[in-house]
Amino acid sequence: MTYVTRLASLDDYEKGGVEVIDDDPKNYAFSNIFEVASRAKPFEQIAVGKNFEYVLEVVRVEGVSGWRACAHDQSALVLEGEVEFTLRTLDGSQNLPPNGSAGVGEEVTGTAMGRVVARRGHLTLLPGGRAYRYGSGRPAVLLIQTVEGVDTQYRWAEICQTA
Amino acid sequence: MTTAEVPAVSQGQGPNEFGYLEFSLGEFRFSRDEYFAYITWPTGRHVMSVDAFLRALQRDVAWEFFYGIVNFDGVLGTVNHYGTVDLFAGRYNDAYRKAELDHVENIDTPVIREMFARMLDNWTNEGFDPFASPQETGSAFGVKHGDNSAAVTRHRVTAKRMVSLPGDEPLRDDASGHPVNRMFADVTQDEPEVYPEPGFEAEVGSFNLFSYLSRSPVTWNPSVVSVCRDSLYCPTTEEYILPIIHGNDRAEWFVQLSDEIIWDVEDRDTGRKRAKVIMKAGDVAAMPSDIRHQGYSPKRSMLLVWENASLKIPQLISSGQFPTQPVEF
Repeated sequence: MTYVTRLASLDDYEKGGVEVIDDDPKNYAFSNIFEVASRAKPFEQIAVGKNFEYVLEVVRVEGVSGWRACAHDQSALVLEGEVEFTLRTLDGSQNLPPNGSAGVGEEVTGTAMGRVVARRGHLTLLPGGRAYRYGSGRPAVLLIQTVEGVDTQYRWAEICQTA
Repeated sequence: MTTAEVPAVSQGQGPNEFGYLEFSLGEFRFSRDEYFAYITWPTGRHVMSVDAFLRALQRDVAWEFFYGIVNFDGVLGTVNHYGTVDLFAGRYNDAYRKAELDHVENIDTPVIREMFARMLDNWTNEGFDPFASPQETGSAFGVKHGDNSAAVTRHRVTAKRMVSLPGDEPLRDDASGHPVNRMFADVTQDEPEVYPEPGFEAEVGSFNLFSYLSRSPVTWNPSVVSVCRDSLYCPTTEEYILPIIHGNDRAEWFVQLSDEIIWDVEDRDTGRKRAKVIMKAGDVAAMPSDIRHQGYSPKRSMLLVWENASLKIPQLISSGQFPTQPVEF
């Protein structure tokens, strides 16, 4: 028998859901990454998961982001498309918030650390205390493992099953 | 309910007529024959198919009793107090509770870990791998024949920062004994293009998580692949039925990366049915901290289990300082 692994994309996703027996579906904060990304503006960081201070952010990548940095490690999982990550050291003048990522300006003059070209299923380290930016020529989708920060957006009532 | 503390642990003098050792932990007694595991305690007795018992036992041992409650079924299980463990019968079963037939013993973690590991090793026959899917392993049944110590003590992946980084957990490939699973033969095996400048090899890193998962030889075994403080990515490949019913002491989140899983969700303390959660590729859902859940995966699928490993959480939730659901809206 030949098995087919069912992945999803912006143009081809099928959402499941909560079938309530005796509960409130809002308890499950059920959403779909591709539905969220399809309605997002480029580079919005929309939380689809939250566990105390930690969040999972969905980002629609389209074009090239501004430079960002974070005091702690993050990871970025490409779920659609191809994304190029560019990393640099910080020049020491930026004060990073303790939690979550923040923009660090249009130009970063630190030392070039390298770059990664990642496609669907590839998990990339965004190292703490370093600057990064990412870009894609066509719409791509990232899932970012991080801590809630100044740019984390919460839209639970819009993205989650409520009934 | 009966309770006991500081239980004695012992093992029978020699094998029973089927070749298996019998074990006791406090007032619990464990024995097996060709088909079944038998558990007794002062107010009751229980029987489980031994393959299901060993699959649950394997996970409890490998996961160090995991987060919260590991229900072997609707009667037997453990509660992790992170230093001690409750071994219980009927504690989270409404009928047993009302009949006052439930029993709990609190045990230092090293004691129960050692006893469970010895029972798992002795009761697992050659050819049976409790972590493998039912179609990829031999039988658990019959009289004692050989062992499978290599399988029941296999290394659990726990990345310190991220899989593939220098000095961290390695990638999987054919050469390391990790062929692509038969149900993931169509998963792309390309690796990301990584171009570190000299001196930054430890920080410029990326790997193909989907390929990594497609080469997992086990099922229902969350393993840490990336770390953000206490935030742990614990992806796993799922096929057939989760061999335990996991009772949460904190919210955990599921991100369905491929295919489909159907989750049965019950009240954590009584087993009352609450919901079914159908998850397809791209879906995200929380499991609240007052439920227990068991998953069904018709085809081998990739599931990203996302955990917050902070030790402060169980107390915050049980004391009511934090709600049982992770977000309110």
